[in-house]
Amino acid sequence: MTTTKSRVVYTPSFTDGAEFRIPTFKVLKQDGSLYKGAKAPALDKDKALRIYRTMVTTRILDERMLAAQRQGRLSFYMQCTGEEAAVIGSAAALDDADMIMAQYREQGALAYRGFTIDEFMNQLFGNELDYGKGRQMPVHYGSKKLNYMTISSPLATQIPQATGYAYGQKLAGEGNCTITYFGEGAASEGDFHAALNMAAVQRVPVIFLCRNNGYAISTPAAEQFAADGVAPRAYGYKMDVIRVDGNDVLAMYEATKAARSLAVEHNRPVLIEAMSYRLAAHSSSDDPSGYRSKDEEAVWREKDPILRMRLWLERKKWWSEDDEKQLQETMRREVLETMKRAQKRPPPPLETLVTDVYDEVPPALAEQFEKLKAHIRRYPDAYPKSAEHAKGGA
Amino acid sequence: MTQMNMLQAINNALDTAMAADERVLCFGEDVGVFGGVFRATSNLQQKYGKARCFNTPLVEQGIIGFANGLAAQGSVPVAEIQFADYIFPAFDQIVNESAKYRYRSGDLFNVGGLTIRAPYGGGIAGGLYHSQSPEAYFAHTPGLKIVVPRNPHQAKGLLLAAIHDPNPVLFFEPKRLYRASVGEVPDEEYRLPLGEAEVLKEGTDVTVLGWGAQMEVIEQAVDMAEKDGISCEVIDLRTILPWDVETVANSVLKTGRLVVTHEAPLTGGFAGEIAATIQERCFLYLESPIARVTGMDTPFPLVLEKEHLPNHLKVFEAIRSSVDF
Repeated sequence: MTTTKSRVVYTPSFTDGAEFRIPTFKVLKQDGSLYKGAKAPALDKDKALRIYRTMVTTRILDERMLAAQRQGRLSFYMQCTGEEAAVIGSAAALDDADMIMAQYREQGALAYRGFTIDEFMNQLFGNELDYGKGRQMPVHYGSKKLNYMTISSPLATQIPQATGYAYGQKLAGEGNCTITYFGEGAASEGDFHAALNMAAVQRVPVIFLCRNNGYAISTPAAEQFAADGVAPRAYGYKMDVIRVDGNDVLAMYEATKAARSLAVEHNRPVLIEAMSYRLAAHSSSDDPSGYRSKDEEAVWREKDPILRMRLWLERKKWWSEDDEKQLQETMRREVLETMKRAQKRPPPPLETLVTDVYDEVPPALAEQFEKLKAHIRRYPDAYPKSAEHAKGGA
Repeated sequence: MTQMNMLQAINNALDTAMAADERVLCFGEDVGVFGGVFRATSNLQQKYGKARCFNTPLVEQGIIGFANGLAAQGSVPVAEIQFADYIFPAFDQIVNESAKYRYRSGDLFNVGGLTIRAPYGGGIAGGLYHSQSPEAYFAHTPGLKIVVPRNPHQAKGLLLAAIHDPNPVLFFEPKRLYRASVGEVPDEEYRLPLGEAEVLKEGTDVTVLGWGAQMEVIEQAVDMAEKDGISCEVIDLRTILPWDVETVANSVLKTGRLVVTHEAPLTGGFAGEIAATIQERCFLYLESPIARVTGMDTPFPLVLEKEHLPNHLKVFEAIRSSVDF
């Protein structure tokens, strides 16, 4: 049975889809004023300031932690710099009970939900208070209470999982959805296509948020796909799609709010393509000077999403120079103090090496663990992190 | 008790699980109204509705990704991969995601509700791509459980245990037994333990170990050996991961000899893991080298399938050589 309802032609007729040019939704100009015909979303002062403070906090956290990595205090770091509006503007449009399944550059969404600086630091330093028990590299955050799925390094695996998670939410009937974030590079993975197709077929309440930040490590978007971005793929799955200026926090908020209502109220999955730019390196292990120009970066620095929102807030008299100064100072101090605290905490206990592989430690693994402890007891100086923990047991 | 073949027992297990808990969902390619290409999910959509038993698009990585998300959300997905030979597009989702969900999140999240069912093994003239036994790839992945049933009674009890186990389970169904293996199956719900091998027959001269469809092969080989006066202890491993070292080691301490058989190729097969562990445990008690009777190190053939497979004659020969060493 064919599902095509197309008209019939009698000479070969090809199309490359060029007629489907997808526009970009914008609300806020770089000077903080609104585009003609654009309308600011219904954002009260408290919420607007919560968004703004989270953006600034994320920027400061990223700057300080990259510096900490450069000083050798941290093994690895990834910044959200330049993409704060895309991430936090969209997260702010959700319900707190909605699930977030992110890639790895969306710490702003987690910060918006209320993850504390202490919680960030505990993960970054993999200390005994890290929820992930020191098992994953820095920036692989997760929070059960904040409905933020623990980050997994393999790209795009979270996308079909988001479809499945949202299907479960639909069956549960509690009016929630899942948002999943990924980059335009990850959208080349098979998991992306599987996820969108399955979501469209099953009418699942899920929002696919593609951060098109121009680069997958060093590979520019032009070498990632021939099409006009990622958005046109939605047509192929019969899915609602919108392209948004990712540096425009008001547009991101408004678009995600509308997407959420399509997803939750009408069981229509949505693809959002947020057009932005990864102002920082891919990670602390990357150096963009090898593949892009300073001039190109400068153009995007001019489009800073945080400054854009600040100018809007100042126009509304919701924010002042003094407020800015105070926030900057407070956050810098807090980041520094919590970093010192987290760094001093001991590592997770040795047994976390073998717990949580299964719900219970299987006998063969328990045996391996006892052997390891006996070995560490013989060479305590070689294992300063665990020599103390290895003292117990047979 | 009802007389059932293995497919009916599996269908009955799924029916039992879906009736008991509305969070249990069955899905995969052709699983819906058609009931699966082997009919393991027959009538489940008709009985429980399209929301709980449904067809998926033809995309294994999507099926398992979707299932991982559902399990993380708290549902109890039973995902079908149409043939174990086609599980590899989902390898990443199984090995990097299902297996590591609990560990990497520090137990904040898990996909313990997940069960993946797949028809498996050869002997049905399926050639390269409808015959493979890929358990060893997955046995190298801590965090997974791997189960293979040998008959209808085992299939129902182990599948129900897999569905309720708080860890992701790969449930490989020896498809040559689907209709060939028939037996009495309790009508009510029951669960057989995971991680426990079963001693099917006690003996003193040699331990013969296998799982799934190989247990029938072992039975025939052992019949021949016993006629020659060799007393065989027969063990069905049942769970490949984590496997029951104690039961196997205790048996070999008693018999001093071990023959392991599986359909998958020799090199890197799970018999190698068993042999290594058992020689560590039982070194001074071994009377002969541990023997592996397996498929050859080739892709799975078609016309020469019989030559390739570790049949009862090959197992019998290995038992003889082990005892005569």
